[in-house]
Amino acid sequence: MKNWTLKGLVAGKATTNWPNSGDNDGQDGVAGMPIFDPKQCSLGCQTCVQVCPTKAFSVEKNNLDEVSVSLDYGRCINCQICVETCPSEALKSSPQRAMVSRSKSDLVSSDLEGEPEVNRLQSRISSIFRGSLHLRHVDAGSCNGCESELGALNSPFYNLHRLGIFFTPSPRFADVLLVTGPVVPQMKEPLLRTWEAMPRPRFVVAAGTCAISGAPFDFGYSGGYGLSDLLPIDIFIPGCPPTPAELIHGLLLLTDRIDQKIHGGRNEP
Amino acid sequence: MSKSVRRYVAPTELIDVARELLALGCRFQMAYHRHSGRSLEIVYLVDQGPNLEFLEIIVRSEGELPSLSEVAPLLSWYEREIMDLSEITFIGNPESFPLVVLNGMTLDGSPFDPNCDVQPLLSGTPASPSLPEIEASQVQDLFWGPIRADIVETGEFHFAYIGEEILHYTPRLFYKHRGIEHGLQNRDPAAGLILAERVSGVGTISHGLAYCLAVENAFGFEVPQRAQLLRIVLAELERIYNNLHFFAMLAKTTTLKVGEAFGLLLEEEAKQINAKLSGHRLLRNLLSTGGLRRDLNVGFLAFELRSLKAKVQDYLDSLANTQSYLDRLMETGILSADAAFDFGATGPIANASGLQRDLRVHHPYSGYDALSMKIPLRTKGDALARAEVRAESLIGAFDLIDQAIQTLEPGDINLYKPIVPVGTVDGLGWTEGPRGSCFYAVRLNDGIFERVKIKSPSFSNWKAFPLTVHSSNMMDYAINEASFGLTIAGADR
Repeated sequence: MKNWTLKGLVAGKATTNWPNSGDNDGQDGVAGMPIFDPKQCSLGCQTCVQVCPTKAFSVEKNNLDEVSVSLDYGRCINCQICVETCPSEALKSSPQRAMVSRSKSDLVSSDLEGEPEVNRLQSRISSIFRGSLHLRHVDAGSCNGCESELGALNSPFYNLHRLGIFFTPSPRFADVLLVTGPVVPQMKEPLLRTWEAMPRPRFVVAAGTCAISGAPFDFGYSGGYGLSDLLPIDIFIPGCPPTPAELIHGLLLLTDRIDQKIHGGRNEP
Repeated sequence: MSKSVRRYVAPTELIDVARELLALGCRFQMAYHRHSGRSLEIVYLVDQGPNLEFLEIIVRSEGELPSLSEVAPLLSWYEREIMDLSEITFIGNPESFPLVVLNGMTLDGSPFDPNCDVQPLLSGTPASPSLPEIEASQVQDLFWGPIRADIVETGEFHFAYIGEEILHYTPRLFYKHRGIEHGLQNRDPAAGLILAERVSGVGTISHGLAYCLAVENAFGFEVPQRAQLLRIVLAELERIYNNLHFFAMLAKTTTLKVGEAFGLLLEEEAKQINAKLSGHRLLRNLLSTGGLRRDLNVGFLAFELRSLKAKVQDYLDSLANTQSYLDRLMETGILSADAAFDFGATGPIANASGLQRDLRVHHPYSGYDALSMKIPLRTKGDALARAEVRAESLIGAFDLIDQAIQTLEPGDINLYKPIVPVGTVDGLGWTEGPRGSCFYAVRLNDGIFERVKIKSPSFSNWKAFPLTVHSSNMMDYAINEASFGLTIAGADR
């Protein structure tokens, strides 16, 4: 007969100290969202625009007929095809970096300067939940990659509970509606009914690129187009799927425990 | 790789041909419809036995066809899906109510028909299912889902029960139906791969590789040996982390808290190894039609996996020495060999019920024939047998990676300027994933998809699963479900 309690005690602590201290977030080797620097785009070949399977790049012309390309991380599934095909230095691979944001506009690359805009009232309300935050997860048609990574948050390595964040079975007890999947037609109604059942104040976290924009499932008779037109998203966590560390970043940003690092699609200082 | 052979059959002969094939020991794998010019055909894929070519039975239809559900019950769900998505009716299907398109939803247009002018669209609001009523005193109905407690996929389950005893159980899936087969139409294979990798997230390689093999089969590509072996490494890494998740869930449902924590931690370690090797925790963004997108440095793998394997072996031994855990698994959710065969159970579920089947051995692909492996087999068909089969296949995955790495030689990992054939070509690809057999049947015209059919392992196993729930009890349901290790995204597509 196995004594599991003893086995557990002998094994000792497996949980990382990150994000409180140290930098072992468990994501060694993970390829992050591509870094896009339009200033390095010397050739103007628009290869990225053509190869992107989710049409994350868009081309704009200003009134001087100058062409500019921008990248919407809310459509990026991090497939790395653009990085592999870019002939110049404009698109580069990066180590994992959490592209989590409070606004959709900060997910689009642009030459915005300064600090990201913060709704002071909103972040004050959500910061009340920094000690205890309850999430209701709804799968609105995901590939189960996001569920796999959300499940990892409960593993001893991340041990989400230590951060005061819990999953709850009932929407009545939930502060956050955490949605995965593109919201396919047959899931729209169950999702909205869950939202209606939640007490106020309540927040929406879109986890994964398809929950933001539907990409790459925004097609056909049973595709989905994300949450953007359905619910007021408080936190955007792009990724396919977002890693457990990115999910934690998003939840900490929601409760104002960290500052938003990305602005205009960039998180370089 | 063995290709498939074709046989055209008239609708009137269909049932006799099916009986004949079953008597010869053949087994149906899947069925789907496709439009060929102006006509519509139904394709039945048949496994004729180890190392024999797959057989495609093709029937031209004029709207009505005899149902094969009574001859081969596993075909019932395929027939219902075809009925939902086309104009065909299968006469005599015993479950002739919608499967993919839920009650209350309407599908305009015919998604796979190139002659249909209407843009197909699924709309409406899911309504309560129409189920046959059970008329007996004290029978209670429990509808559980579609949104359930915990971090789980969406699906709705109906239980008719008295006290502890479940009289009848009906899963209602397909809430998550994304229409991926339709979405692949008119794409080129390179652009379609990102969708195949996302049919089931935890089956990225099972699906992605079966997709690549199907396209390579259609195009006549020969994948370089190094790429083949590296693909085996990826497929077996997927088997490792999936099976560790399986044991964590089994420990969770048998209320073994520490056992669950150990399982999840080992799964996390396996995923971190995936990331170090491939840049992605679920092994995405590596496969390509013709090989791999980039070479992999497997130098560190042997060391990391040796250390992980020792921990996994210790974990499995600890579970196998835990009486409370074993007690809950024994005699739980028994699936007989006949039921497993008839209802299409695959992978570990089939192996636990006395069916010794594994595509890696019986229809080897991607160089598996050069490696030696044993197919785990149990005959009891209960949750414990399923756990034992998974444990063996988990340890087997480490051995296969070892063998693959040892035979690995430097070389190309992709084809140099492959030539895509013009005209219409068909291809078939398959893999044995952690959950069982995954098939992709593709038809391309001038390098663009006309039709892609996806058969996921969970679609097969969900069909067999309810048989083990009827007449069982509520307390065991969660354990039984965990012992099947099903995904819903794979089944719903």
